[in-house]
Amino acid sequence: MSATHSEVPTLHGMMAEFADERSLIAGIERAKADGFTDMEAYTPVPSHDVIHALGVKNRFAALVFCGGLLGSCAGFALQYMVSVELYPVNIGGRPLNSWPAFIVIVFECTILFAALTAVIGMLFLNGLPQPYHPVFNVPQFARASQDRYFLVVHASDPKFDARTTRERLAAAGPLSVAEVQN
Amino acid sequence: MTVSDTSRLVLDEPYARPILVDGARDLASITDRVCGVVERPTPPRAWYVAITITSCLTLMLFAMVGYLIATGVGVWGNNSPAFWGWDIVNFVFWVGIAHAGTLISAILFLLRQKWRTSINRAAEAMTLFAVCCAGLYPAVHVGRVWVAYWLFPVPNQMQMWPNFRSPLLWDVFAVSTYATVSLLFWYMGLLPDLATLRDRATSGLKRGLYGFFALGWCGSARHWQRFERAYLILAALATPLVLSVHSVVSFDFAVSQVPGWHTTIFPPYFVAGAIFSGFGMVVTTMVPARELFGLKELITLRHLENMNKVILATGSIVGLAYATEFFIAWYGGNPYERFVFLNRALGPYWWAYWLMIFCNVVAPQFLWIKKIRTNLLFMFVISIFVNIGMWLERFVIVVTSLTRDYIPSSWGYFKPTAVDVCTFVGTIGLFLTLFLLFCRFLPMVAIAEVKTILPAAHGHGAHGKHGGEGRPGREVSHG
Repeated sequence: MSATHSEVPTLHGMMAEFADERSLIAGIERAKADGFTDMEAYTPVPSHDVIHALGVKNRFAALVFCGGLLGSCAGFALQYMVSVELYPVNIGGRPLNSWPAFIVIVFECTILFAALTAVIGMLFLNGLPQPYHPVFNVPQFARASQDRYFLVVHASDPKFDARTTRERLAAAGPLSVAEVQN
Repeated sequence: MTVSDTSRLVLDEPYARPILVDGARDLASITDRVCGVVERPTPPRAWYVAITITSCLTLMLFAMVGYLIATGVGVWGNNSPAFWGWDIVNFVFWVGIAHAGTLISAILFLLRQKWRTSINRAAEAMTLFAVCCAGLYPAVHVGRVWVAYWLFPVPNQMQMWPNFRSPLLWDVFAVSTYATVSLLFWYMGLLPDLATLRDRATSGLKRGLYGFFALGWCGSARHWQRFERAYLILAALATPLVLSVHSVVSFDFAVSQVPGWHTTIFPPYFVAGAIFSGFGMVVTTMVPARELFGLKELITLRHLENMNKVILATGSIVGLAYATEFFIAWYGGNPYERFVFLNRALGPYWWAYWLMIFCNVVAPQFLWIKKIRTNLLFMFVISIFVNIGMWLERFVIVVTSLTRDYIPSSWGYFKPTAVDVCTFVGTIGLFLTLFLLFCRFLPMVAIAEVKTILPAAHGHGAHGKHGGEGRPGREVSHG
């Protein structure tokens, strides 16, 4: 693959392994103080403190709201089209657009579309499914989904330099520091 | 026992981080404990025995369904005047069972009941399997299953469309939405745990399979952040959904003009009954499963006790609903309504009615006693009573009203056939087979979620300043 271009594989970043959340956060704070901005943390459990330390934010709820709104419109449009336009049935002279009877399905469609938006949106924005990610090249990263915490300073960071970044990360007292090859 | 004693003390402090699991106390041991069930080379012998029996029952179900499709719905006991029989009873029964999973995963999540983390995965799986069993009935009871697509609003050569004013169609949408959202919720929660199994896998096949379904999850902070938002939103969406599903099922009855069905109490009464029966089934399956797979430290007696408290509460609501129905039948002054309720208690199905009262109203009351509520044998027996009682409730509702409605000349007595019985027993087999396969091949306990309730996950002690945090979906607290 990329090895055909050059003998030395390009670097994805420098990875430090921590034993717990507290030392990871300390590592993040130290890296921020060192001027690094392009970082990512990997944790076995969701951690708000880590997310907060990295300053990650998004507008996910707005997306789901739009999905739900689309669902309610689609649900109503479907029922209106079928009951009024495509297959009008006069039942005791009641109005064809008998909207109170449509509420249940509008509700169900709202929930369905919103839930699909939430899950598909989460996967899409997270870039999943991803068949390949460089962090898995580091053997100790197998424990990122079990009990270890990892901090990666990306090679794209303006202040990144393999040797100094390794030294900086090692100064935070991690269990190990490793290069992440692309 | 000392662990749970101290945990009880901790629990009284509202913002302390309670100790919800015994024994295993760090991330590695939780991972080992849960993954160990999946990773051991062979399952316990009892698993083989159980799955042999249940898969035979499942085969019987397939045979019965095949026979039904080849012959027609006449093989069932449904006949004038009871055109709804065990098919609808079983459909409502299984949809009801499904409710506990979503209640545990969504409502208890929003209510910040952290103890749910040990049981939510298995309960959500049960939801899916119960919906499979439930969905089978409407699909096959239409008779000509090859035109089952008429249920859905799809363009067809006859230029006909379904009637959106019918609660039966609402039901199609409610149950299919419920099945989809439950599957999404369950699968999304599974992602990080599938990644754990992938990273621990010893064989290439396992790594490939778990890796495929883990979708390349790597647990980055950005992934977790969106995951948590999505999980919280999904819980918020699933909460009204779970309350709506059985309400819509109850509309199938309540919107009709049949005495005993045409009542406004049906939606809340059905929802309470659904949660009641669902928790009954969760206790029925979890008591043996935690013994079988050595998960007693994660699914503790406290979890079971909490579930028993929910059974007690919802069982009492169901009892109150029975009493209210009777009161309204008398107070409403409608002679047909009055007759139906007298007929339920004293008519030809008196045995079903009083058995139902015993199972649903009397039996759960024993759970007021702590000794019984924390005794595995007693709670198992009571949960079996709850399952039977809730099945009988649907039987009583469906059959007593249909067999004796307005005109005595068209009264009748419903008798199920052997095919009815074998089909129902077969769905129990299907449910248990799927559950046993789930226990063997997927993490039965939500590993990542249980880890969040451990003090060790946060690097500070049990009384840290972020006492309420550390669970998917919680807002980032901006201090």
